[in-house]
Amino acid sequence: MPLGYFGKRLLHLAFVLLGVSLIVFLMLRMIPGDPARLLLGEFASAEDLARLRAQMGLERPLPVQYGLYLGRLLQGDLGRSLRNGAPVASEIGQRLTATAELAVAAMLIATVLGIAAGVVSAVRPYSLFDTAAMLLALLGVSMPVFWLGLMLMYLLAVRFPVLPLMGRIGMGNEPEALTGLMLVDTLLAGGLEAFLEALEHLVLPAFTLATVPMAIIARITRSSMLEVLQQDYVRTARAKGLEESVVVLRHALRNALLPIVTVLGLNLGLLLSGAVLTETIFSWPGLGRYVVDSLMARDYAAVQGCILVFAVIMAVINLVVDFAYAALDPRIRIHG
Amino acid sequence: MAEWEPVAGLLRSKSATLGLALIAFVLGVALLGPALAPHDPFRTAPLERLAGPSAAHPFGTDSLGRDILSRVIYGARISILIGLISVSISLFPGTLLGLVAGYFGRRLDSAIMRAMDMLLAFPAILLAIFITAILGPSLPNTMIAVGIVYIPHYARIVRSSVLALKEQLFVQAIAHLGGGHGRILFRHVLPNALPPIIVYATLGMGTAVLQAAALGFLGLGAQPPQPEWGVMLSEGRQYLQIAPHVAAFPGAAIFVLVLGFNLLGDGLRDVLDPTLRSM
Amino acid sequence: MRRIPIIVMAAFLVCVSFSGGSAAETPRTGGTLVWGRGGDSVTLDLAQATDGESIKAGIQVLENLVIFGKDSMHVEPQLAESWSVSADGLTWTFKLRKGVKFHDGYPFNARAVYDSFARVLFKEHPYHGYGQWKYVSLSLAPVKDIRVIDDYTIALVTEKPYAPLLNNLALWLCPIVSPRAMAEYKDKIGMHPVGTGPFKFKSWVKDDQIVLERNPDYWGEKARVDRIVLKSIPEPSARLMALQSGTVDIADDLDPDSIALVKKNPKLAVIERPSINVGYLAFNTQKPRFQDPRVRIALSHAIDKETIIRSIFAGLAIPAKNPFPPSIWGYNDKIVPYEYNPQKARKLLEEAKFDFDSEIELWAMPVSRAYMPEPVKTAELIQSYFAAVGVKAKIVRHEWGAYLSKTQNGEHDLCMLGWLGGNADPDNFLYGLLSADTAKPPAANVAFWKNAEFTELCLKAQKTFNQAERTQLYLKAQEIFHAEAPWIPIAHSTIVRSYSKKLHEVPLRPNGLNSFPMVWKEK
Repeated sequence: MPLGYFGKRLLHLAFVLLGVSLIVFLMLRMIPGDPARLLLGEFASAEDLARLRAQMGLERPLPVQYGLYLGRLLQGDLGRSLRNGAPVASEIGQRLTATAELAVAAMLIATVLGIAAGVVSAVRPYSLFDTAAMLLALLGVSMPVFWLGLMLMYLLAVRFPVLPLMGRIGMGNEPEALTGLMLVDTLLAGGLEAFLEALEHLVLPAFTLATVPMAIIARITRSSMLEVLQQDYVRTARAKGLEESVVVLRHALRNALLPIVTVLGLNLGLLLSGAVLTETIFSWPGLGRYVVDSLMARDYAAVQGCILVFAVIMAVINLVVDFAYAALDPRIRIHG
Repeated sequence: MAEWEPVAGLLRSKSATLGLALIAFVLGVALLGPALAPHDPFRTAPLERLAGPSAAHPFGTDSLGRDILSRVIYGARISILIGLISVSISLFPGTLLGLVAGYFGRRLDSAIMRAMDMLLAFPAILLAIFITAILGPSLPNTMIAVGIVYIPHYARIVRSSVLALKEQLFVQAIAHLGGGHGRILFRHVLPNALPPIIVYATLGMGTAVLQAAALGFLGLGAQPPQPEWGVMLSEGRQYLQIAPHVAAFPGAAIFVLVLGFNLLGDGLRDVLDPTLRSM
Repeated sequence: MRRIPIIVMAAFLVCVSFSGGSAAETPRTGGTLVWGRGGDSVTLDLAQATDGESIKAGIQVLENLVIFGKDSMHVEPQLAESWSVSADGLTWTFKLRKGVKFHDGYPFNARAVYDSFARVLFKEHPYHGYGQWKYVSLSLAPVKDIRVIDDYTIALVTEKPYAPLLNNLALWLCPIVSPRAMAEYKDKIGMHPVGTGPFKFKSWVKDDQIVLERNPDYWGEKARVDRIVLKSIPEPSARLMALQSGTVDIADDLDPDSIALVKKNPKLAVIERPSINVGYLAFNTQKPRFQDPRVRIALSHAIDKETIIRSIFAGLAIPAKNPFPPSIWGYNDKIVPYEYNPQKARKLLEEAKFDFDSEIELWAMPVSRAYMPEPVKTAELIQSYFAAVGVKAKIVRHEWGAYLSKTQNGEHDLCMLGWLGGNADPDNFLYGLLSADTAKPPAANVAFWKNAEFTELCLKAQKTFNQAERTQLYLKAQEIFHAEAPWIPIAHSTIVRSYSKKLHEVPLRPNGLNSFPMVWKEK
């Protein structure tokens, strides 16, 4: 029963979110360091410190703090940033789209290039292409992302300047932020040139972020394809004299997609993780950077809000993956 | 002898052989450490800082004039330890939780797995940042943080193996014969659930080294003056243009070790568990 | 993450520099100045700001009643044209500039001054709850009443005579904000600053950029560039690349090695100013092993400051021997610093029966500051200097908040810290950081050094109004400090601004904070 299943998933999600909110709340309070002290630095007087702590509500007992937080949360209020008093929901909203644009672009690159490389490798196993592609894939998962990003930046934007160094679009070309997605906003503003410029800015960070998932997808596609290509129905299709490309793409790839979809889902989670470093290196104004900065400043409300948003995103991804799974494989029935 | 078959298979696999060789090399360096290092890795010589590779300092010197070759050699121990210890920290609790959840099922299963879901709701690096922030930045804490992050992964893998095994006749047969739970779990279920764990743990050592480097990048990793490769690499980025060797050599060292674990993991997967793919 | 609470000090050094180009070049109007910095601003309502990134952007938009001069320590008029103090020293009366309008068109008058100050001071003021007034004790705390005399006259009444009030009013903490904007934006005023400055706020994409535009209706000389874009570039190596590739015109907070690279680049320029700060290593003199001054002196001999400065500061600092820099009056140049001499250090330690077997804790700051740009590397170097005389030191790091509270509680053996002299007065360093009065937790005197004679000299100097007499007292105090060695003063760093040679008339105050109306950019 799809509805029951869906309801159960929602209940499950609510439970996990409640747990996550409590875990984050407690973990944040376990981190040494007082947000008021961090904000005021080495030049603050004891009176200033006490006043700010009171204003931040840090003097209340922890259960009261959590109760107040939860109460607001249930009304859809993520609270206010301790650093600047701005509503956390709007602070997150402003950055979420930047991260979304980067993550989606990276996922597209990873999926398209990864699957393509995997398919070609599987069709011609142990060929030069296969060896090279799999070697590259191995290299991709064997080096620190931040290192790769800095290298790409230095080589392609400073040494041989073919791509822009950082940011989302050239100075002064910013379109009105209607959606927050630079590619969409430039198109809405009707500027093809600006659109291409935004696209150019996206290349380096998206590629950096895509490296690890791309390598994983390429490898999984290859092994999954190799297996499927051995199956009887593929041999039958070939025997029927169907064109090789049809056999590979229509028959084999479709059936090989199942494990690939699972990996795609897992990797979107990985992307959020990678975004923390990639955004820092490329000065990308996204959520990954925001959450780390907030954590360093002990901005409790901001960190709590971000993690909840991450948890919701992960849950939605998992749900989508499960449905995609069912859609691809008729043998799997979703059941409660 | 049948039980040697996997080893023979492993040696037939080119990637596994290469992987083993790389790991053996790093391990050798780690074990011999002090005997190999030409200099004291902690001795500073600020006036000879950032010198390029030379006969006296084959890998050059770092920002405090320390010999990078010696530091890389000493760092081998740290990185191998990071791999081993972090993976152990995730492996043992993760396996136990997965075994219990899968074998006993019902309430216990859903309680354990919901708890795992909560951990999985955090992006890995963020959870690691959290834990190091709570414990304070240091090498052991980095290992603990990276270890905890991956506990749910092992729990999930083991649980799904156990679920599959439980359906198989032999466990049920043993249960009928009156084996205690502990005995069934550890004598019969666990050994059969091992292959995917071994593969995942091998790959996980590489991941752990990279995660530790990422924490180093954010200033939360090993503490100076420990010659941890990740910290050395992220320090070196500052000198990318003046003294690229500062980052290049620790970077290469990380790469060799992680590549070794990845190659070995691939080889093990082919030999032990050809059906294991989704990782 | 890079937050630099900075107290704007009187700048008595030459602050405006003419870069590269010849004097014959005529300033151009127009263009965009792109300014790369380590992080985003927290708030642009400077009354609530504590970090350098907020102040940097905010002082382009907001103005005060009075402001520090560019090349003297005198306070100069800004929105106030003149002022006077009553005979009892309690009432300060300011005559305000007429015909000034806020960026939203609202007229500047005494009411605006009243609201800007009263919201900070008075709980019952309607705007009080809209903000967190963080450094009140540094700014308006002595004021107990504000009286609007007429549209262009306002009086501030203090509880007791308080001469530094004028200097406080010149700090970034006392900006005059449009009352209409305060009412409209309420607690979001920090995202929508409306002042009277040469630039007005245009837009802010969080963690990305803040755009400021020339104020065409500015009451004074109008700004030359059309707009300023402040870009957040958190990764220092990326900030350097951005400057090299022309993506930004100014790059803040580069490490000393990168500055050396900028100096070699023909397209880039660097200006340097001696700062008025000190970076030091404080002994916790309450710990038994550091009670003996001989031990402290011995360890002072163990450290090679010249080398630390040549390597870690890449030459951008001068070695310190006193608690405050030579750019401040009262500096005792007769003090002979403890020279680098490991043998002597070892001998002194042996004489003092120092326990070489147990490890000491050397606390290193987790954040970089102008007075200590590479704290961890400095600590590593000091650790190896100590090792050379047989002293085992373990580097201890805590996150910044914990570091401050723990050192102020005296949990350390040795800790690194620094200070930036707010009002360029020796009292700020000597009494503030080293007197017995400030050695109670939470202590600013993290050496917990309680010397009765030293404290007496400081207190006496506070009550002395003749600067020559005060100087004598401070010279003596520095001798005691030297003989007792509660700190190892390490360096007074040099403040640097790295920028593209396309820019001209780039200013640099010793605290790195300037408004940029006169900067212009070549095509």
